[in-house]
Amino acid sequence: MGLVGAALGLIVLVGLPAWGDASTMRILVEFIALLGLAQMWNLLAGYAGLVSIGQQAYVGLGGYALVVLADDLGVNPFLSVPLAGLVTAALAVPIATLVFRFRGGYFAVGTWAIAEVCRLLIANTPALGRGSGRTLNAVFPLARESREITTYFLALALGVATLVAVYLVLRSQYGLGLMAIRDSEPGSETLGIDVFRTKLAVYVGVAFGTGVTGALVYLNLLRISPDAAFSINWTAYPIFIVVIGGLGTLEGPLVGTALFFLVREGLSERGAWYMILLGGLAVGVMLVYPHGLWGLVASRWDVHFFPVQRRVRR
Amino acid sequence: MTVGWVDTVVQGLLLGGLYALFATGLSLIFGVMRIVNLAHGDLSILAAFLAVVAVESLGLHPFAALLLVAPLMAGLGYGLQRLVLNRLLGRGILPPILVTFGLSIIIQNVLLEVFSADSRRLNPGGIETASVAIGGQLAVGWFPLLTLAVAVLVLLGLQGLIGRLAVGRALRATSDDQETAELMGIDNRRLYGLAMALSLGIVAVAGVFLGIRTTFTFASGPDRLLFAFEAVIIGGLGSLWGTLVGGAVLGVAQTVGAKLSPGWGILTGHLVFLAVLLFRPQGLFAKARRIA
Repeated sequence: MGLVGAALGLIVLVGLPAWGDASTMRILVEFIALLGLAQMWNLLAGYAGLVSIGQQAYVGLGGYALVVLADDLGVNPFLSVPLAGLVTAALAVPIATLVFRFRGGYFAVGTWAIAEVCRLLIANTPALGRGSGRTLNAVFPLARESREITTYFLALALGVATLVAVYLVLRSQYGLGLMAIRDSEPGSETLGIDVFRTKLAVYVGVAFGTGVTGALVYLNLLRISPDAAFSINWTAYPIFIVVIGGLGTLEGPLVGTALFFLVREGLSERGAWYMILLGGLAVGVMLVYPHGLWGLVASRWDVHFFPVQRRVRR
Repeated sequence: MTVGWVDTVVQGLLLGGLYALFATGLSLIFGVMRIVNLAHGDLSILAAFLAVVAVESLGLHPFAALLLVAPLMAGLGYGLQRLVLNRLLGRGILPPILVTFGLSIIIQNVLLEVFSADSRRLNPGGIETASVAIGGQLAVGWFPLLTLAVAVLVLLGLQGLIGRLAVGRALRATSDDQETAELMGIDNRRLYGLAMALSLGIVAVAGVFLGIRTTFTFASGPDRLLFAFEAVIIGGLGSLWGTLVGGAVLGVAQTVGAKLSPGWGILTGHLVFLAVLLFRPQGLFAKARRIA
């Protein structure tokens, strides 16, 4: 059922440039980017138990890597998007050695501090435009329509790749190891799991995915500044999406992202109230029903579109 | 030149008093219940805004307003702990992090909606600019001195409370071993409520002193959390007086960095924190005793 639905959805989305307009495509790119960030954060926190609130570091670094690669080094801007992920993944290795000294709540604040260091370092670098940022100039020679369509297909490919990659990781032996670490670190160590390397691998992998998504976001926006690129919202949105939708499920982020867009568009005239409402919902869900909206649906009707759990058949 | 640098270092040391006030509340909560309150900084800014309201509507002096705001914040802390955070006990590390993070974002955006994005400041009527000469061309502001004195008093008070009173003994016991403490008849839910009340009472003092020292906006909270966290880590987890040293190290790093280049103040503070983390991860004053 999940496969048929996904295939139908994909056919509609692939055909979209034929009938949709530019603004629909831009919103879909944003949707896919937020969904990707949510899946990445879910993998990190919901499955591996690494509760980072500093993922905006990799969104910002990915965006700036895109600008440097495409504008300063002359790399094709679309090729620069996956390459930006490699840059953020490489930066994530030394960062991990620092933040892995913390556990739990202090890990969360530590990742946030690192994101602030990245923001301030870039805001003090003249070549990166200091506080006012940079514009992505490399795409302007391209025709506007072909740029928008290429960006859209790149986003679509990224969205599908993220979903497939997270699914495959979670179905693998490696994914089982991750969930074991989340549930008990000493316990999984006695079972022969290399805790440090497993955590490092997922942290760096998520940094790659987050960096690619950040580059995609700024390929879509064309203008980057430190305050926007390293905004805590790049972590707050995914957290609210995942918590409301359902932590530790693949379907949860989908439900959560859809709800996020509904609330944001519905309250677009009312300033910051959509964030207050989403924050309140997330806190309420955590208190009352920590499995989220999708958990409610899944336990009520026993449906799983992307079953990553293993069950003994009776 | 030299006087300028000595002055910069002295300013930084005094700034450490303010950071210690922020750090103590954070450290206390972590010591007692092993959770990090991610809304810590935003709650201090909430207290500062409440003081603004008290000053503007009741015509109070900021220090008099603090006498209203501190108990109010303590009550809020008790309610927050009993009604919200205690429900998350025993459910792992994730729920408290996510709930306090959600509160942080909610508080920021409510402050934005209610007080707009304008920056505010509390005016104590002259003391914030008065200074005392201490030989040579060196002068120290009364207000930073007062802040440091208050920080030392708060730390002394906390030390006395933890070391001598029955509730302090219960806090230490819960910090060391929650289950055994419960078996000995300690009502840890009530105790956690009291610890959060104490933490937010101290945070109210920190917020009001911050609001007198400098301007603040709805978005000033996260930096306060980061500075508090960095002071705790630099000083050494679980060390009461370490937070004062950590705050002073952070304060000096920031003032010296800002003197070298205007954009580098806060960044230098962060970099010194990272250096401590890299070369002395247990902090400067790590202790076996983990509380506060």
